Amino acid sequence: MTYLMIFITGIFVNNIILSQFLGICPFLGVSKKISTALGMGMAVTFVMTLATVVTYLLYYTFLQPYGLEFMNTVAFILVIASLVQMVEIILKKTSPALYGALGIFLPLITTNCAVLGVALLVIQKNFTLMAGICYCLAAALGFTLAIVIFAGIRERLERTNVPPFMRGTPIVLITAALLSMAFMGFAGMSY
Amino acid sequence: MSNSFNNLTRGIIRENPVLVMLLGMCPTLGVTTSAINGLGMGLATMFVLLMSNMAISCVKKVIPDIVRIPSFIIIIASFVTVLEMLMQAYTPELYAALGIYIPLIVVNCIILGRAEAFASKNTVFQSLLDAIGMGLGFTLALLLLGSLREVLGNGSIFGYSFISENASPMLLFIMPPGAFLALGGIIAVVNKLRGVN
Amino acid sequence: MNKNILKPVIALTGIAVVMALILGKVRQITQEPISNAKNNQELEAIAMVTGEFDNDPFAEKTDIFTPDKKEKFTMYPARKEGKLNAVAIKSYTNTGFGGKIEIMTGFNADGSIKTFKIITSNETPGLGSKTDEPKFKEQLNGFNPAKQVLKVKQDGGDVDAVTAATISSRAVLRAIERAFAAFQNFNKRDENE
Repeated sequence: MTYLMIFITGIFVNNIILSQFLGICPFLGVSKKISTALGMGMAVTFVMTLATVVTYLLYYTFLQPYGLEFMNTVAFILVIASLVQMVEIILKKTSPALYGALGIFLPLITTNCAVLGVALLVIQKNFTLMAGICYCLAAALGFTLAIVIFAGIRERLERTNVPPFMRGTPIVLITAALLSMAFMGFAGMSY
Repeated sequence: MSNSFNNLTRGIIRENPVLVMLLGMCPTLGVTTSAINGLGMGLATMFVLLMSNMAISCVKKVIPDIVRIPSFIIIIASFVTVLEMLMQAYTPELYAALGIYIPLIVVNCIILGRAEAFASKNTVFQSLLDAIGMGLGFTLALLLLGSLREVLGNGSIFGYSFISENASPMLLFIMPPGAFLALGGIIAVVNKLRGVN
Repeated sequence: MNKNILKPVIALTGIAVVMALILGKVRQITQEPISNAKNNQELEAIAMVTGEFDNDPFAEKTDIFTPDKKEKFTMYPARKEGKLNAVAIKSYTNTGFGGKIEIMTGFNADGSIKTFKIITSNETPGLGSKTDEPKFKEQLNGFNPAKQVLKVKQDGGDVDAVTAATISSRAVLRAIERAFAAFQNFNKRDENE
C-alpha cells in the first residue's frame, strides 16, 4: 500500500519536473519531437534507477558508518558521472541497438539535476532501499510522462502562429505552465 | 583594460546566464517563491562560481586534457559542500528554505560551463571578473523573478506585506505553474527589448 | 602507455587530496555551529510553545509512544523552579499537502494545548503555510482535545480550517492529535506504575 502510494504520488502529484523543478534543462531542450523525448525518458529512467541503487548502498555501507555524511554531494556526483561513462562503454560493446537509441542522451545526463536530485532525496527522506527504488522509478516515469506529453504539445505548437517576441523560449515556458497547472489537479490525491 | 571591463559586465546583461543564455533553469524556477530566496540562491551560486573559477584557472596548466572534466567536477562539488556546511552553520533558515537546490548547484550548467568556456583558458584575475559578472547576472535574474512572484503571488516584497489582510493575491504565482508563467513573461519582455525577430 | 596514464592519475589524485583537506578543515570549523544551530531551532520552538522554564528541556527529553506503540515522538518537559510547567512534544504526520509536517506542540499539565509551532513543512506558501499564522493558531490556545473535538468543522470538529487549505489544516490537527494521544498514553502508564 505504501509503495503504491509512493509510486502514484511520485508520478503525478509531486511530478519531478512540473512541481519539483528537477531536470528542466532536458525538459526544455530535448522536447521538440516525441521520439527523442521518449528516448531521453528511457535513458533517464535507466541511469536514475542504477544511480539511486548505487548511491544508496554507498551511503549506508560507507559514508554513514564512517561519519562522512557531509561528503555525500561530492561522492554522489562522482559516482553518477562515472556510472554514466561506464554505461556508455558497456552499451557500446554489448548492445549496439540500445546504444543507438540511448547513446546520444547519455552525456547529457551527467549534468541532469534530476538524477542527482533523486539520489539525494531518497537519502533525505529516509527511505528503505525498496521504497527508494519505488520512488525513483516513479520519478523517472513522471519525468518521461511529462516530457513526452510536452513534446506532443510542442509538435503542434510548431504549426501555430505565435507573436514574434513570444517565439521560442517564452511560449515554451508558458505551455509548460499550463501543463503544470493540469498536473496540479492531481494534488488532491495525496490525501 | 577595456577587455577586463568587458569580462566583468558581459554576464550581467548582454549574456545574462538565465534570461539570455537560458542556463541554470532548475534553481531559477524552483526557489524563486520569494525575493529573499531568489537573492540567497543567487549569492550562493555566485560564491561557488567565484571559488571554482579561480581554483580552476589556477590549476589549468597542471591538469591533463583527458581528466579535465572529472577534475572540474571534483573542484566544483567540493566548493558546494563547503558552501553547504557554511550555510548550515550560519544561515540555517535560508538553508532550509533552499533545500535540495543547494547541493544541486553542482550540476548547475552555468558553473561547469564557465569553467570550461572561460576559466580553463584565462588568467586568475580575468576569471574572477567573469565569475563576478556571471554571478551578478544570475543573482539579478533570480531576484527579479523572485520579487515578481512574491509581489503578484503573496502581495509582499522581502516579507513586507503591502496589501490588506482580506485581499487575496494571485496565489498561482507562488505555485509551480507561476514559475513557468513569470519566467516566460520576463523572457518575452527581454526578447522584445533586445529586438529579437 | 604507462607514462601517459601516470600524469592524469597524479593530477586527479592531487586535486582530490587538496579538496579533501579543505573539506576536512571546513568541517572541523563548522561542526559545532551546525549542531548549535539545529539545537537552537528546537529550543526556540520549545520556548515558544511552553512559555517560561529554567531547566534544560534537552537534557530531560524522553521518548513517548502512541497507544498502538507504533510511533515514537519526543517529549521535552519544561520546568520552572522544579515544578512541571508544561511539556513540548515533537510529533509529525505524513498527510500534509506537501507530505511530512513536523510540529512542536505545548501541552499544559491538564492536557490542554498551550500553542504549537510548525518546525518543518512543505505546505504551499500563502495557503497551507497559513496554518502557522495567528488566525488559525489562536483557535487552539487552551483547547482541550479531551473535551472538544480536535477536527476541522467540515469533519464535525470545533476548529475553523484555513480557507482553501483544508488538507493542510487537517494534517496539522492530526499531528497535534497524535501528540496528544501519545501524551495521554504516557500519563496513563505513569499512573499505573
